[in-house]
Amino acid sequence: MPKRTDIHKIMLLGAGPVVIGQGCEFDYSGVQACKVLKHEGYELVLLNSNPATIMTDTEFADRTYLEPMTPEYLREIIRRERPDALLPTLGGQTALNLAMEVWKSGVLKRYHVELIGVDAEAIQRAEDRRLFKATMDSIGIRSARSESAHSLQEAQVISKAFGKWPLIVRPGFTLGGTGGGIAHGQEEFEEIVTRGLEASLNHEVLIEESLLGWKEYEMEVMCDKRGTSVIVCSIENLDPMGVHTGDSITVAPAMTLTDREYQAMRDDSLKVMRAIGIQTGGSNVQWAVNPTNGERLIIEMNPRVSRSSALASKATGFPIAKIAALLAVGYTLDELKNDITQTTPACFEPALDYVVVKMPRFTFEKFPAADSTLGTQMKAVGEVMSIGRNFNQAFQKAIRSLETGHWGFGLEPKQATFDALDDNALESELARPNADRVYQLHTALKRGWALEKIHTLTGIDLFYLRKLQELTEFETTIGKEKDSLRKAKQLGYSDRQLAFAWNTDERAVRKLRKRLNVLPAYGTVDTCAGEFAAVTPYYYSTYADYDEPVRNADGKKKIMILGGGPNRIGQGIEFDCCCVHAVFALKAAGFETIMVNSNPETVSTDYDTADRLYFEPLTFEDVLNIYEREQCDGVIVQLGGQTPLNLASDLAAAGVHILGTPPDDIDAADDRGRFKSIAESAGARRPPSGMAQEAEEACHIASRIGYPVLVRPSFVLGGRAMAIVNDESELRRYMAEATRVSEGHPILIDKFLDDAQELDVDCLSDGTTTVVGAIMEHVEQAGIHSGDSACSIPPRDLPDEVLAEIHAVSSRLAKELHVCGLMNIQFAVRHGVLYVIEVNPRASRTVPFASKATGIPLAKHAALCMAGKTLAELHFSKTPQLPYSAFKEAVFPFAKFQGVDITLSPEMKSTGEVMGLDWDAANAYLKSQDAAGNRIPHEGGVFLSIRDSDKSTVLPFLQQLASNHHFDFYATAGTGAMLYANGIPCHGVFRLAEGRPNLRDLILERKIGWIVNIPAPGDDGAKMRHLAIEFGLPITTTAAALQMAAEGLANVIADVGHPDLCSLQEYHRMLK
Amino acid sequence: MNGHIESSQAFLALADGTIFPGISCGAPCDLPGEAVFNTGMTGYQEIVSDPSYFGQIVALSTAEVGNYGCNDEDMESQSVFLSGLVVQNLNPPSSWRSTQSLDGLFQSTNKPILAGVDTRRLVLHLRETGTQRAWLHANGKKLSPTTAVVKAKEWPGLDGLDCAAQVTTPVPFTWSNTGKYRVVVIDCGVKYNILRQLAEQDCRVEVVPCITNASEILALRPDGVLLSNGPGDPEGVKGVIDCVRQLLGKVPIMGICLGHQILGLACGAKTGRLRFGHHGCNHPVKHLLTGNVEITSQNHNFAVLQESLPTDLEVTHVNLNDGSVEGMRHRTLPAFSVQYHPEAAPGPFDARYLFGQFQQMMQR
Repeated sequence: MPKRTDIHKIMLLGAGPVVIGQGCEFDYSGVQACKVLKHEGYELVLLNSNPATIMTDTEFADRTYLEPMTPEYLREIIRRERPDALLPTLGGQTALNLAMEVWKSGVLKRYHVELIGVDAEAIQRAEDRRLFKATMDSIGIRSARSESAHSLQEAQVISKAFGKWPLIVRPGFTLGGTGGGIAHGQEEFEEIVTRGLEASLNHEVLIEESLLGWKEYEMEVMCDKRGTSVIVCSIENLDPMGVHTGDSITVAPAMTLTDREYQAMRDDSLKVMRAIGIQTGGSNVQWAVNPTNGERLIIEMNPRVSRSSALASKATGFPIAKIAALLAVGYTLDELKNDITQTTPACFEPALDYVVVKMPRFTFEKFPAADSTLGTQMKAVGEVMSIGRNFNQAFQKAIRSLETGHWGFGLEPKQATFDALDDNALESELARPNADRVYQLHTALKRGWALEKIHTLTGIDLFYLRKLQELTEFETTIGKEKDSLRKAKQLGYSDRQLAFAWNTDERAVRKLRKRLNVLPAYGTVDTCAGEFAAVTPYYYSTYADYDEPVRNADGKKKIMILGGGPNRIGQGIEFDCCCVHAVFALKAAGFETIMVNSNPETVSTDYDTADRLYFEPLTFEDVLNIYEREQCDGVIVQLGGQTPLNLASDLAAAGVHILGTPPDDIDAADDRGRFKSIAESAGARRPPSGMAQEAEEACHIASRIGYPVLVRPSFVLGGRAMAIVNDESELRRYMAEATRVSEGHPILIDKFLDDAQELDVDCLSDGTTTVVGAIMEHVEQAGIHSGDSACSIPPRDLPDEVLAEIHAVSSRLAKELHVCGLMNIQFAVRHGVLYVIEVNPRASRTVPFASKATGIPLAKHAALCMAGKTLAELHFSKTPQLPYSAFKEAVFPFAKFQGVDITLSPEMKSTGEVMGLDWDAANAYLKSQDAAGNRIPHEGGVFLSIRDSDKSTVLPFLQQLASNHHFDFYATAGTGAMLYANGIPCHGVFRLAEGRPNLRDLILERKIGWIVNIPAPGDDGAKMRHLAIEFGLPITTTAAALQMAAEGLANVIADVGHPDLCSLQEYHRMLK
Repeated sequence: MNGHIESSQAFLALADGTIFPGISCGAPCDLPGEAVFNTGMTGYQEIVSDPSYFGQIVALSTAEVGNYGCNDEDMESQSVFLSGLVVQNLNPPSSWRSTQSLDGLFQSTNKPILAGVDTRRLVLHLRETGTQRAWLHANGKKLSPTTAVVKAKEWPGLDGLDCAAQVTTPVPFTWSNTGKYRVVVIDCGVKYNILRQLAEQDCRVEVVPCITNASEILALRPDGVLLSNGPGDPEGVKGVIDCVRQLLGKVPIMGICLGHQILGLACGAKTGRLRFGHHGCNHPVKHLLTGNVEITSQNHNFAVLQESLPTDLEVTHVNLNDGSVEGMRHRTLPAFSVQYHPEAAPGPFDARYLFGQFQQMMQR
C-alpha cells in the first residue's frame, strides 16, 4: 500500500529538554522522522522546546516551534497551522502525554487533526496500568500481581492484602519511573507511595508483587497496518529485575534463552502489540523471566519509539524511527527497503554476528547526598554502547567508553578502591545494585569467590559471571608473545590495561602490538550477519581475521570528527549537535566525514549522518587506530566537549593532524599561568587570582585577594567541584576534598565578583578574523554555573562601551590563542567594568542555543574554518542583531535524587535546556520557564520570602504583580513588613522552623501556586526549595528572574492568556 | 588470514584453498562436509539435531554459542546429523532447562566442533563463492592444510546422493496414536517439531521410512500425507518422488522443505541449487493469496525453479529477499507445500497456520 495522500501537513512532537529517562535519543528518532517525511513530500510542523536538537534546525521542518510543550501552546499551534495529522510516537513520553492531553480535551477533534502512528485508545490501554493488566489477562499473558491506589490509605489496604515485602511501587503516567521504588517495609512504603502519587500525572500508583532477581528482557517490535510484525532486537539485562532498565547493563541479542523460550516470548510480544491495538510503528515489550523455571511475566509495553529502540537501532542497523514514520503515513514493511543492504526489504528480523553491550553512565559525584543504590527509578544520565565479537570484548570496550577513569575490567589503577573492601563490605556492596558493581565483581572474582555465591548475591546470570571469570583468570597469564597478546585484544583488553599489567606505558604496548602485527580488524553492522552485502559503512573494531576493506571516495579529503561520548551533566546533546553540524557542513563542502562516538542516543551515531561511522570508545588507542586505518587528513576535536579535547595532545604527539585551534593553545587557555600572560597581552582584565596545590597555599592566596573566592580544580568540565568559599575554614574543607578529585591538577582560586552580571560570548574565528556570534546575558548573577543559568540573547542592558570592549577583547584573545574555530568567553560586568572570567577555545554548551537564536550555524561555520574557509567566504562578518528575544533555561534532575540540595552553585547540575522565544523579552523569559516545567501561574497564591539585601530591588516588581489583582501574597515576617509598609496587602506566614501555619501547610491546603524565595546564606531557603520540588511548584530564586516574570505576567494578563506564537523560520526571516 | 598453522591445530579447509583455524571441541574428528552457514541467533540445538543438515559442516554466525546448553525436549531428532559445527565462541551452559552442554552433546554423538573461528569471514566467503566442499580437521593429529584442501576437493559431495535414505527411520513408528486425523509422514529426515505440530492439530501421526511405497502408505488409510524436510539434493530421492506421483489426488498432501521440492519434482517442476542456500530464522516470505508477510525459518540449498513450474502448480509464497519460490499449491488436487519451516524450531512460528490449513484440507 502506498503512502497516504489524504494528509499533507503533519505535526510532529519532539521530546523537549533532556532529562533523566529521556535523553537525546528522541532527537535521533525525530531527525529520522523529519528527514523521511519531508523526503516523502509532506509539509512538517514541529514542536520542541529544546534548542540543542538537530531536529529543530530550520531545514528539518517547514515550520519549527520552539515553544513550551504544554497543551495550551500545542493548541495554539494547531489552531495556527491546522495540520492534518499529529504524529506523537517519536518524542518519548513527553510527546505521548501531550498528545493525550489535547486528544482528551477535544482539541484534535475540533481542528480535525488525526492522530497517526498510534491511536488514543491504544495509548490508554498501554499506559493505564489497570487497563493494561486487564488486556493482558484477556489474552492469557500473566502480569505481576498488582493493584492500583489513588491514596495512601488505599495503598495500605493493598499492602496488607499482599501480606509480604518487598513491594514495588510505580506511579502511572511518568517519565523513567519517576517516583517509583522498592519498599522493604511499612515506613519506606508510605514514603514511596506519597512521592509516587505526587509524581503521577493521574495521581495513581501501582503496587506490585516483587520480581526481584528475575531476568529482564526487552523485545523491540515493529508492525505495519497489514499486521506484519517483526522483532527488531531482543535485549537481555545483565542486572536482574529490580534495577530500572535504563540503569541496567544490557546485552543484545538475548544470551541465555533457548530458542523455544525466545520464540514464545516473540509470539507473546506480537500478541501484546495486537491486543493493545498498535496499528503501526515501533513499540517495546518488557518481560521478566524466572531463572529457576522459565515462568514469564509481562512488565510493560511502550506504544512508541523509546530509549531502547534507539539502542536497538544502533545495535542492529535497523532504523526503527525512520521506518515507524513511514509506516505511520501508510506504507507497509514489505514496501520499504532495508537501508543497509538496499536490496532486501525492511520487513525482516535483523541477525547479529556480534555482541552489543550498553552501559549506563551515572553522575553520583555531582549529587553526593543522593542514594547511589539503583532501583526502579532511573538515575543514569547517559549511556554508552559497544560492539565486539564476544561478550567480553564488548563489555570491556563499554567500560572504557564510559570515561569514568576505568580502563576495562581489571588491570587498572582504579580497581584498587574496590580491592580494598573487606569481605563483608564487598558482600553487602554486591548485594546492593550500584553504579560500581562491575568493579566489585572483579574484586570478588579475583578473591576466588564461588560463582554460585556471587550469583546469589547479585542475581547476575552464571553465563555472564563465567565470562567475567574468564577475564580474571586470563589477566594473570597475559604474555607478551603474539598469541597471548592477540587473545588479550580479542577479550577486549585495552593497551592501557596491558601497559598496567606489564608496568610500561601505552605507547610501548602499541609499538609491540604493531611489531607483532596484532592489529584491529573492523566489522560491519549489516543487519544480516553477512548474508547480504552491506552498503552502509557502519563499523566496529574487533580482533577477528576478516577486516572490512577501507573505502576511499575519489580523492576527497577525509576529516574525522570526534564525538562527545556518553551524556553526562556538563556534556550532552549540545556537543553532539555541534559535531553533527560539522559533519553536515563538511559533507556539503565535499569532504569525506568520519564520525567516531560511543553514545547510542545521538544523531551523530546515526549511520545516515557521516560518510562513515565508527561506533567505538573515545580513547587514544581506539581513535588512533581508526585515524591510521582511514589515513585521515585531519581530526576535529573542539566540538565534542571535553572528551576529544582530553585526547588532543596525545593524538597530536602521535602525529595526528588536529584541525583548528592547536591543542597547545587549548591547553594554554586552561592553564592558569599561561593564560595570565595571554590575557595580559590581549589587554583583558581578570579578577585577582592564584593557583594552589595544597591548603596552606590556598589560604594564603585567598587572604591576599580577599574572600569570597571562587575555587575549582583545573581541567574539568561542567564546573565539577567548583565552589564559592566565604572564609578560611570553608576553604580548608574544600581543599581536603578537591585535591582528591582533581588528581594532581592544581586548584584555581579567583576573587569572586559578587553582584556582577555574567555574560557568555560565543565567537568564531578563521585564524585571522574573529566575529562574535552571540552575547548572552545570564539572568542569575555570577556564581551560578553558566550551564545552569538562564540567559538571554540579546543582552538586556549593556552600555555601548562595554559591548564594544567585548568585541575588541574577544578578537584579541582569539588572536593570542591562535583560535581557528569556536571560542567561548565568560565575562563579568561589575559596576560597569568588564572582566574575563574564563576562556575556552572550543565549542561551548551554548553554541546550539546561540545558533538557533541568531540563525547563524556557528558549529558549521567553525568546521569549515577549520577546513580552510575564511569567514569572509562564509559571509559572516558581524554579530546578528535580533528584533526578538531568546531565553535559555536549564532543566534539573532534582526530582530524581531525593534529599539532594537543589541550590544552584558554580557546579553544574542541569541535564538539559529549553528555549523561549518571543518578540518581547519578558514573554520569552516566561515561555522559557513554562518550557522548563517551572510554570509560573497567572493568578493565585504566591509565597514570598525575600532576603534583606534585595528587598528594595524587588519592591517595584511586587508592586507590578500586585497591581493587576491576580495574585494573593503570603509572606514571611520581614518581607511582609516591607510589603505592608508599601501598601501591598499580604498574609503573614511563619518560616518553616518558626511555627504553624508555615509554607508546608499552605501548600498542603493548595493555597500556594508559586514560591518566590530569594534566600540569604544560611536561612531555610534550601528547605523551601525542596518543598517546591516535592510538590512540583514553580519557584523563583533571584531578583532578576522575578523582574522578568513580573513583566511577562503583566503582558500575559493584558493579552488574556493567549501566547504569541511564531515559528523559528519566521523569526529568522526578521534578521537583517 | 591463512598464516602459519601448527600442523596439529584444528582447522576447516575449503576446497578453494581457504583455511579457517580454530580450536577443536566436541569429539576429535577428521572429516569432509559441505560448508554452509546459519544466521539464526538462537536454536543451535535444533540446528545440530535437524537431519536436514546431514553431511554438512555448519558455521553459526551468532557470536556466543552453547550459552543455554542442551536438553532432551529441544532435540529435533534422536541424534546429531550434521558433520561438524563451526562457531565463534563456545560456552558452558547456564539455563534451568539445560541437561547437557553443547560440547557434551557433540562428544556423546561423536561429532566435532571447531570453535574460535571468525565465522563472519567464513560467511562472507561462502556468500561470494557459494556453498563449498570442505574438510574439517579436528582430531589433534598432524595434517597439513594443503592436504586437507586436496581431501576436500576429492570428496564427491552430496549432489545426486539419496541423503534421505541415510537419515530416515529404519522402521515405521507411531508418534501419537490419538487424534481425529490420521497422518502418514514420509520421513526423509523429519524434524520432531513437525510431528509435534501435527499432534497438536488433532492428528494421529504415523512415521514411515522414505523407502515406503505408495500402496503401503495408502494401505494405512491416511487422511493426509506429509512429506518431510530432509537433507541433500531432491533429485536424489527418486523413490519418494515416484511415490508422491502416485499419491497425488488420492490423499491430501503437505510438503515441507525437501518435501516441497519433492512435490514440485513429482508434478514436473525442476529444482536447482541456490548459490549459498537459505539458512536462518529471519527471511521474509510473502503469502501471495493474503498479502501477509511471515518471518520464516529456513534451511535449504535447493529450490523449486519458478520458470519450471507446470501449469498445475501455483506459487503461493515468495521470498522477499531474492524472489525465490517459497510455497505452492496444486490448482486442482489437494496438495500444497512450503520451502521454509512452519514448524519453526528454530525460528519464528509465523507460519504455524499451515498445519491448520492441512487439517482443513483433510476435513474436506
